[in-house]
Amino acid sequence: MKGLKKRRRVQVIVVAALALALATGLVGYAMRDGINFFRSPTQVAEHPPDPAEVFRIGGLVEEGSLVRGQGEAVSFRVTDGNASIPVSYRGILPDLFGEGQGTVATGRLVAGVFEAREILAKHDETYMPKEVVDALKEQGHWMAPDGS
Amino acid sequence: MFVELGHFALVLAFAVSILQAVVPLVGAARGWPGWMALAEPAATAQFLLTAFAFAALTWAFVTSDFSLALVVGNSHTAKPLIYKITGVWGNHEGSMLLWVLILTLFGAAAAWFGGGLPAGLRARVLAVQASVAVAFMAFILFTSNPFARLAQPPFDGQDLNPLLQDPGLALHPPFLYLGYVGLSMAFSFAVAALIEGRVDAAWGRWVRPWTLAAWVFLTIGIALGSWWAYYELGWGGFWFWDPVENASFMPWLFAAALLHSAIVVEKREALKAWTILLAIMAFGFSLLGTFIVRSGLLTSVHAFASDPERGIFILAILAFFVGGALTLYALRAPAMQARGVFGLVSRESALVANNVLLAVSCMVVFVGTMWPLVAEMAFGRKLTVGPPFFDMAFTPFVVAIAALMPLGAILPWKRGSLGRAMAPLWGVLVLSLACGAVVWALQTGGSPLGPVGVTLGVWVVTGAAADLWARTGRDGPARRLARLGRLPRADWGKAVAHAGLGVSVFAVAALTAWESEDIRVAREGESFAHAGYEITLAGVRRVEGPNYVSAMAEMVVTRAGRHVVTLLPEKRSYPVAGMPTTEAAIDYGFWRDIYLVLGDPQEGGGWAVRTYVKPFANWLWAGCLLMAAGGLFSLSDRRFRIAAGARRGAVAPVPAE
Repeated sequence: MKGLKKRRRVQVIVVAALALALATGLVGYAMRDGINFFRSPTQVAEHPPDPAEVFRIGGLVEEGSLVRGQGEAVSFRVTDGNASIPVSYRGILPDLFGEGQGTVATGRLVAGVFEAREILAKHDETYMPKEVVDALKEQGHWMAPDGS
Repeated sequence: MFVELGHFALVLAFAVSILQAVVPLVGAARGWPGWMALAEPAATAQFLLTAFAFAALTWAFVTSDFSLALVVGNSHTAKPLIYKITGVWGNHEGSMLLWVLILTLFGAAAAWFGGGLPAGLRARVLAVQASVAVAFMAFILFTSNPFARLAQPPFDGQDLNPLLQDPGLALHPPFLYLGYVGLSMAFSFAVAALIEGRVDAAWGRWVRPWTLAAWVFLTIGIALGSWWAYYELGWGGFWFWDPVENASFMPWLFAAALLHSAIVVEKREALKAWTILLAIMAFGFSLLGTFIVRSGLLTSVHAFASDPERGIFILAILAFFVGGALTLYALRAPAMQARGVFGLVSRESALVANNVLLAVSCMVVFVGTMWPLVAEMAFGRKLTVGPPFFDMAFTPFVVAIAALMPLGAILPWKRGSLGRAMAPLWGVLVLSLACGAVVWALQTGGSPLGPVGVTLGVWVVTGAAADLWARTGRDGPARRLARLGRLPRADWGKAVAHAGLGVSVFAVAALTAWESEDIRVAREGESFAHAGYEITLAGVRRVEGPNYVSAMAEMVVTRAGRHVVTLLPEKRSYPVAGMPTTEAAIDYGFWRDIYLVLGDPQEGGGWAVRTYVKPFANWLWAGCLLMAAGGLFSLSDRRFRIAAGARRGAVAPVPAE
């Protein structure tokens, strides 16, 4: 009875350890293409990443750069006050997207143009993505929005 | 005035919960029945006082009392009444009050229905429950008071975020909180058992209905949230692996594990220490979820409130309760000797496998959710962990769970034989593999997800049916059919819930593998074809709603000349909140959903239009509902009502009165 209990306990621990090891392996493997680094426009301008890498870029939508309403593709420039990167997006922009607003886009940099596959929407008009705030602060262009 | 009374009631409830957290605990330790007996009236009083506070806040919203800062920030006189009421929990402060209201409701329910519990255990459970309430009432009163007044009330409010003005929001948070907070009962039972140093079959039977109820609510809450995101956001997705979604998913996984391991405690008196640990972890993860949502620490589309002070407060609560419970666990775990032994091939082993898979898959989600935080603090790199990570790392565990489920469910307790257990399942296995093969042959060159999903779905659903059938004995079909109806409700619950998981797994795979999408510019009167449907943009007109204006498109969908449906997707603009929203139009169907989104107007005339055809989308939520229904069946099982009070062997050390 005692021995059986002990053996069962050892087996459970072995199974749990195996599952954890498998999970760690899977996590490590999935991290390779499941992780998207965040880059500010300045960082992208200085060290353009490989066209194969999917990453996120964030900043403000530059005033006067947004071209919408010309077919299903939309283009704009995202800036942190220092550098600005052209972005093209095929799809319907999120509701609260607009010039002078903060945005975060996920995609790849192909031949100097950021091809976005997803544009982050926010739920609230006073919300600014944390990365965008940091990127603007770095370039000294951050102004706290009133009332938030 | 009424509002002040509500505020006062909340302060009183805070005082009552402090009393309830201390006095019964001392009474139970010393064996003083009078002190222990305080717990029940205190739990009831605490609930009534909190309910009064909540009613006062609701009243303020309904009457648009703009002297309250919270009402100004989240309401408007022109808002429909239903959204004035749901606006109470459409914000940080009000939703915390709902959280606490549900917490006290569970405490009171334990007092009302806990008649069969030994006095000592009941006093301790209620005391632990009250101590959680103390922490969260302090949190509300000191950092996020919903009753804060404004010195100069404005004439009108700033309106509720339009995305939240939706029937989905009316139901999603209450169900989610019933689930989250319901896990506090499992936690209270676990800590009370640790203080008492005693875990037995009766304990398992008491803790299971509470966990089951919490799990059912959490299932419904998550499904509602996912459905709401699907039809309201207009992105066409149902799950984004967003930190806040994960925050609700992790406690669900742990609650599912706890649900299963509590069966082993109840039936076989094994896995005791593990079950206690799971109960602590399940509630710990629901506290962690609260922390993630409220602190704004992780970038999420949900971003509730980003106030570091609140975050630190909740982190302190989390550290105190989980840390305290784990310390107690470390001290008392050796006292929890397992009684039952079991063979390698047995239902106990299957349930252990279920637990290991669920717990490890939860750890995977946890790593993916918290990694951005770790990376930023430890390596100074900003990153996000996207859906590809979770798809890759989480899916194998779901596949393993679904693959093992029918076999594990059919194995007998103590010792079984694989050959005998597989006997009723061979047919099922052949059938599901054949279905998968047919689908694989039909779709030629598509993603392997489709056939795998079909195989697993058929395997789990028909496996559950085969299990139920096998339980009816060996007579002729007529007598077995008659016996089917008389099987215990718990058996039915198990089969239905397992089948629900099978349906959901199939739906997720089908949706991911076979959905099709189209985006284009359409002029008014223009038609285009997509996935066998002919879609015409008949016209776009301006429509005025109660507190918004809208551009509404009329889109006619036909198939082979026959009219299928006319859909009205909209782009709304809420002037008070200064916010536009996209209202997708969806034709819900048994086999597929047609999902239309209206985009921007184009300069040269015409509109951007996005079309999705989503096969089996409704099956996903139907599967969730089946799981919840299975939980309810189990909950209504006879043994929870009849034998709930019976404790085998020696009675807990309570002196005679």
